[in-house]
Order: sequence, then C-alpha cells, then structure tokens
Amino acid sequence: MNYRMISSTVGKLLMIEALFMTLPFFISFYYAEGIASSSVYAMVMVIIIAAGVILTAFKPRHKRIFAKEGFVIVALSWILVALFGALPFYISGAIPNFTDAFFETVSGFTTTGASILTDIESLPKSLLFWRSFTHWIGGMGVIVFVLAILPQKDTRSMHIMRAEVPGPIVGKLLSKTTATARILYLLYTAITLLETFILYIGKVPLFDSITLAFSTAGTGGFSIKNASVAAYDSLFVEIVLSLFMILFGINFNLFYLILVRQIKRVLKSEELWVYLSIIAASTLAIACNIMPSVKTFGLALRHAGFTVTSIISTTGFVTADFNKWPTFSKCILTALMIVGAMAGSTGGGLKTARVIMLFKSGFREIRRAIHPGTVKCIKLDGAVVDKETVSTVNSYFTLYMVIIAVSTILVSFNNFDFTSTFTAVITCINNVGPAFDAFGPKSNFSALSDFSKIVLSADMLIGRLEIFPMIILFSPSSWKKNI
Amino acid sequence: MKIIIAGAGKVGETLIEQLSGENHNVVVIDKNAKLIERLVNSYDILGICGNAASYGVQMEAGVNSADVFIALTQTDELNILSCLVAKTAGIKHTIARVRNPDYSKQFGFFKNELGLSMTINPEYSAAREIAKVLHFPSAINMESFAKGAVDLAEIKLKHDNPLCGSALSEIQRKFNVNVLVCAVQRNSDVFIPRGNSVLEANDKLYITAPRKELVRFMKKIGIYRHKTKNIMIIGGGKVGYYLAKQLSENGGYNIKIIEKDFARCEFLSEALPDVQIINGDGTDRDTLFEQGIEKLDAFVALTSIDEENIISSMYASSLGITKTVAKINRVSSKVLQSIGMDSEFSSKLIAADRIVGYIRAIGNSDESSVQTLYKLVDGKIEALEFFITAEFEKTGTPIKDLKIHKDTLIACIIRNARVIFPRGDDTIQTGDSVIIVSKSKQFRNINEIFR
Repeated sequence: MNYRMISSTVGKLLMIEALFMTLPFFISFYYAEGIASSSVYAMVMVIIIAAGVILTAFKPRHKRIFAKEGFVIVALSWILVALFGALPFYISGAIPNFTDAFFETVSGFTTTGASILTDIESLPKSLLFWRSFTHWIGGMGVIVFVLAILPQKDTRSMHIMRAEVPGPIVGKLLSKTTATARILYLLYTAITLLETFILYIGKVPLFDSITLAFSTAGTGGFSIKNASVAAYDSLFVEIVLSLFMILFGINFNLFYLILVRQIKRVLKSEELWVYLSIIAASTLAIACNIMPSVKTFGLALRHAGFTVTSIISTTGFVTADFNKWPTFSKCILTALMIVGAMAGSTGGGLKTARVIMLFKSGFREIRRAIHPGTVKCIKLDGAVVDKETVSTVNSYFTLYMVIIAVSTILVSFNNFDFTSTFTAVITCINNVGPAFDAFGPKSNFSALSDFSKIVLSADMLIGRLEIFPMIILFSPSSWKKNI
Repeated sequence: MKIIIAGAGKVGETLIEQLSGENHNVVVIDKNAKLIERLVNSYDILGICGNAASYGVQMEAGVNSADVFIALTQTDELNILSCLVAKTAGIKHTIARVRNPDYSKQFGFFKNELGLSMTINPEYSAAREIAKVLHFPSAINMESFAKGAVDLAEIKLKHDNPLCGSALSEIQRKFNVNVLVCAVQRNSDVFIPRGNSVLEANDKLYITAPRKELVRFMKKIGIYRHKTKNIMIIGGGKVGYYLAKQLSENGGYNIKIIEKDFARCEFLSEALPDVQIINGDGTDRDTLFEQGIEKLDAFVALTSIDEENIISSMYASSLGITKTVAKINRVSSKVLQSIGMDSEFSSKLIAADRIVGYIRAIGNSDESSVQTLYKLVDGKIEALEFFITAEFEKTGTPIKDLKIHKDTLIACIIRNARVIFPRGDDTIQTGDSVIIVSKSKQFRNINEIFR
C-alpha cells in the first residue's frame, strides 16, 4: 500500500473541495446574507486547506499505485469530502446535529437526495446552492474532476477513475485518462448549462433553474422547495426535467459517440433500448394503474411519466405523492429503484447493463438445464462479454443483496414498519431519494436515529461507489503488513 | 561396482560424470541413440540404446552382474517398472526417480512392498533444501548432520563483518562461541583453514556447529536474521508446489505463488488452500509491485528458465529483500558467484548428491560407511558423516597421534547427541558419529582418511 501517494492524492482532492466552496462564499455576498454567513465558508475553506496541506505534506516516494490503492483513494476521498462538506451546514447552525449534516452531505454527494430537513426553504440561499452543488460534483465524480483539471504525469490514474465511474465495464473514450475525464466533464457541463437555459426561458427564476439543473445533472433530487418540483406546478418544467433526467441516466460515452458522429453505434446499444423500453412500459403500466384515482388519462400519464423517469434515473424529484398509489405501482417503482440508470451515467442503482447480464446469465442456466452441454456466450451490443465480467456481475449482485439485508436488519432496530425500513435502505443504496410510508415523498428522514442515519449514509456511499471501494477500504487485509 | 543408469537426462549425466570419475563401471541405457553416442564419447562408460524396462535390453546391459540400477527416465511409471524388472533379474540395489506428487506419499510402500532400495524426488529434495534456508535465512545454504544435531552453514563475509582480518584461532576467544570453520572459499579457490588462517572480506565460510551455537555466533557477528515470514514464490512448478506445501504445513508463513498458467493456478489453489495463488507473470515488475514485493522477507524464483530466475532474484535483492533464492538448472555456480547471487539451488545436483551418497554407503560391506554426504563449492569439498563401529581401527588413539590425509579435517565428533570439536587429546570411540571435511578425496570408509 502506497500510503504517501494515497495521502497526497486525497490532500489534493480536498484542496479542490475548498475551491468549490468559493462558489457559495460569493453567493452569500451576492444575496447579502451578512458577514456571519460568509465567514462560515471562509472558515470551512481554511479548515479544508489546512487538512489538504497536512495530507499533501507527505511527498510520495514513488507514484506506483495499483487497483487496491485506487479503491482506497476513492473511498477515503468520498468520506473526507462528505465530512468536510458537512461543515457549512453544521457551523452555520442550519443543521445543528453533525450526524444530520453528514447524512445530508453524503446524500448530496452521492446524488441520493434523501433529506433530513423539514423546512428547506428556511435555509439561506448560499447553503441551498451548496446543497444542490454537491449533487453536481458528486454526479460525475469528485475524482474524475481532479483528473480532468490537474495535469497527470503518472500513467496509473485509470485505477482511480475505474473505481469511481459506475458500471461493470469502464470504457475510455480516448487513450489519455485526463482527456477522457475532460470530455466527460465538458459534456456534463454543456448539458447542465443547456438545461439551466431552457428552464430559465421557461420563466423559472435563475437561482431555481441553476439548482434544479444541478440536481438533475447529478440525478440527485435535492430541491430548494419544500414541495419539491410540485411547487412549480408547471407541465413545462416537468417535461423539461423528465427529458433531462432520462438524458442524465444515459451512458455518457453515447453522447460522445453522437459528438463524433457515430450515431449507428449509439442506436446499436442494447442497454439504451432496454433502458428506454423499461421507462415506456412502466409509465404506461403505472398510468393505467393510477387512472381510477386521478380524473384524466392525461394527468395519470403526466404523474406516471415524471415519477418513473425520476425514479429510474435515481433522481428522486417528486410531483405526485406516490405513497398513496396502489401497491402495484409501488412495486414497479421499487423495482425501478433497483434497476437504476445506465452504466456510465450519473445515475445509481444496479445499472441496466448489469441487469441485462444477470438476466442473460440466468436464462443461460435454464437453457443448460433443458439442453445439457449447451455452450452459449453472453453478448452485449453484439459483442461477447468476457466470462470474468459476467461472474463479477453475479458476485456484485450477491454482495449487493447481502448489504441490503444487513442494512435492513441494522435499520430495523429503529423499529419502523417493514416497508419503511426496507425501502429506506433500497432508496439509499440505489441513490434515489424518496422511499415509501414513513420516508415517503412527502416526508423525510429526520425521524431516524443517529445510528440508522450512519448506516444509511454508509449505504449511500457503498451504492454510489459500487460496493468494492468501501469494502476494500474497511477490509483489514488491505492494510496488513503481510503480503 | 557396476552401475546401470537408465535415462541420461540432466540428473543422469551429472551422475555419470561423478560415478565414472569415482572408478565405477557405468552402463547407461537411453532411447536416444545420439545422446548415447555423445555420452560414450565424453565419459568412460558403456552405452546401450533401448527401452530400459525391457528385459532384453537390461540383460544386454548386464543386469545380472550389476550392483546398482538407477532409473532416471522421464516417466515415473517406467522408472518403477524398470526397477522391478531389474530386481527380478537379481540386482540388489534399485533406485527410481519418482516425481509425480500423486506418488509422494507412498515412498514407504515403494521401499517395503515393491522392494525398491531408494526412491528420489529431486524437486521434493530441492524444496526441502530451500525450506531449510528460508527457515534459517542467515545462511546462504544449510545442511544438517546426525539427524540435525549439527548444522553446516554457508555464510559470506561482507566488508563490515567483524571476522574480516582475524585469524581462525582468535574467533573462539573473541566471540566466546563454539563453532568451527571447516572450509573457506576465496574467489574460485577453496581451502581447509588452519588456526593461523586469516579471514578476508568476500570469503565464503562453511561453519559447523549445533543450531543454538550457530544462532549465537551469527548474532555476535551481526548477520543474524529472523525467520522469514512473507514469502513470494515465482513459478508454481513441482518445486514451487512442494516448497509451498512444506512451508504451509510448517505454519507461520504467508506464501504467495505467482504462476503464469491459469490451469496450473487452479490446480495449486485446490492443492494448497492456505497459499495465495496469483495468475500473472512473475518476471513483470508491475505485477511484483502490485503483489507487494516491498513487504517480502524472501523471494524465491523457481521458473523453468534459469535466466529469469537469476535476473528476477537479483532485482529482488536490489530492492532490499534480504533473502533471495533462485532455482538453477544449467548455469554453472561459478558464473553465479561472480555476479553475486545470494542462494541458488539445482535440483539435479541435489538428487545426484543423494544418489552418490547412497552408492558410497553400499560400496562398503562394513557399517562404518558414509551416512551423509554433502558436496560443497561445485563438488570441490565434501562433507561426510561416518558412523563408527567396532571395525574402526584407531579407536581410543588421541587425534594428535593420527596421521590424517592432507586437506582433510575431522570437523566434529557427535557422542550421545553431544557435539565435540576435537582437540589433540580427544579420541574417536565406537558409537560416535564423525564428520569429516575433505578436499575431494572421495572417501568411502572412515579408515581411508588415515595415511
């Protein structure tokens, strides 16, 4: 384990977080929130920079890092970034309990959008901005950002990037990691700006447009209104947000392919078609199911469409209170939480690609039982997926289920009903946001005990970083002195 | 003695060279006519081309008048079968090389039920030697006599060693330890030192002492190293397998094997559940670092390619790993010494030494024959253990009155599990084990050491 390299990389990353902190700092000036509010950010920046200076003081003797160090760097960075990112909430007194502040920040960075705030609108604008901004940073990844802006001389940055970018297979767009990271962030920024612009010309206030765009881009779900998107009560806003939620749930490599005019390859993507089909089918099914309770099919389709895109992209914006919907609809929504968005997008969940592979390998087993000795390769987009990847996906799913089971048991000490407990875990590990019953779209997570909040924060991090980095960080064998 | 060797591979040829040099009548059987022709031209032996398990071929080789039959062909089953044929033909001593790990647990069965005099597994023996060195890493090489009562350790003197510049007679007084330096290798020269010999830097010393004294001595001269813990083995072939198995059975080691071949890795992971098996190229620098080469106590290179073993273990040394071991098949140890290798092992030499030791022992009708034989420094020095029976002629004579051959040394006498470094007044008695170090005299009997 190259401790010095880990420490200095994490240190650099904290410096970047301090840089991010300048934005709410200026915003607090812009909205004239007073010297007390601005000085909070200044103080936090000083703390973060001090931590960064200490960590980067360990100059690495050599820059050799491997997959193991990559995982540790990513996991450690996320925990530290969330800890320091929680400071503005805590120090300003907006969230007096530090566990709550940590939960809120983890929920922000992991683009979950689960909140413990009961009155969101009472927060100062600069804090609301920081809260939504964490979604935007966390969406594409803090470390990918560092890779994009810092010149990288060493060649092993892919180990870090692979650990942070979601999906079973991480493809590079270009031969250089830095260039790949830059293109990803350029695309990300461009689409975010486009969304802000469209919302703004649709008569949404600028501050709201920006924060909504941040939340959509990261597929997070924090809103600056207590009633979430329902507060705008505008079909235009809902359609724009739905479209952009679908877009941000798509693998960014496909956008790049469009950019380099390889539309054919985009259309060939099996994952894309499955993703879009699931959205269409679930929307129709839920619309029919909720028809009796709302008056028109048009309204049913509007609610169903927005909720489905919001849930499958793991954003978690809310217009209708789907907690009151029939059980069938709730079951579909729970399934959508688990499936999640496409690999390589900013969304969470299992990822469509993994679900496709799980189904294919499941069907292969059935086929083998019927026709013993069958040899069948698993293909995705017409290319054979290698055996190792298929087996990794299978073990990933197993670990995922185990973590859900363990977390559910841990949260159950809090003695909420089963649906609330189970869906709270599901929504956190898949980075969605709202759950059902006690933690439904119209309520929040503040009722949980500190212990449950820590468990769910861990679930959010585990889900966002796709299990392995967090487990590797905390497994004793990666810190052993022995080989 | 008449000795038939079936199969002239690496071990076979080493044996032919040694045994024909010791004036035995050697007949070699091999399927390869060209190989036979080359051997007959290079050594003073008789060659027969054919299948060693065939009765006809064995009769042609004169099996009915031979004393020893050594089967060293490629296949274990052929070796066992040809030994059985030879046994039926009336030969007394049969030696078979059996390498397959499947048979490694039934050596007793081969001996007792099938009547083979000796079964040797060169890879297993090499693994045992390596395991000894890993257990006692202060020495470059370790051998033991009299069931472990006395060790023979090989150490190298670095420039800063306090022994440099002191005469042998001063050692005992200076360090207050009971050890005996029985041979010294200086550059390519070997000599048996006297009390007034002065040690120099870069000398290689061969030291006999009980283990406890050896440890004390090494601590005093500052070369003692603790038992190794983290061991990386490059190449999961037979030697690697046996070594990892022995070490994991001993316990207390963390072992990692890096093996290129995936199918072999799967076999190893099944056979060695306590050992980490990594599928990768152990000569690749990145792989080595990823697998934590900096944390190692010992690096063991056992691939089939000598050059890879040499280069990767030198690389490991350069990273500061104190114990590196390389398996060598072909390259002469002279070359290796000149480039400063730490420890190296050759399974063919280990196997050949064991067979030669056995043949020396049966060459004598009496029991005061060679118990153990080690060849040191390319065979220039031999260390032999004799058991003293009533037939020993000089029982009770003080050593100062015995006339011993030049370049021969009575290193120590083991009496009732007590080790005596003999002085002039000591005597050799019946029931003792005596260790003799000699500069290539090829003694077969203790009586031969006296002029």
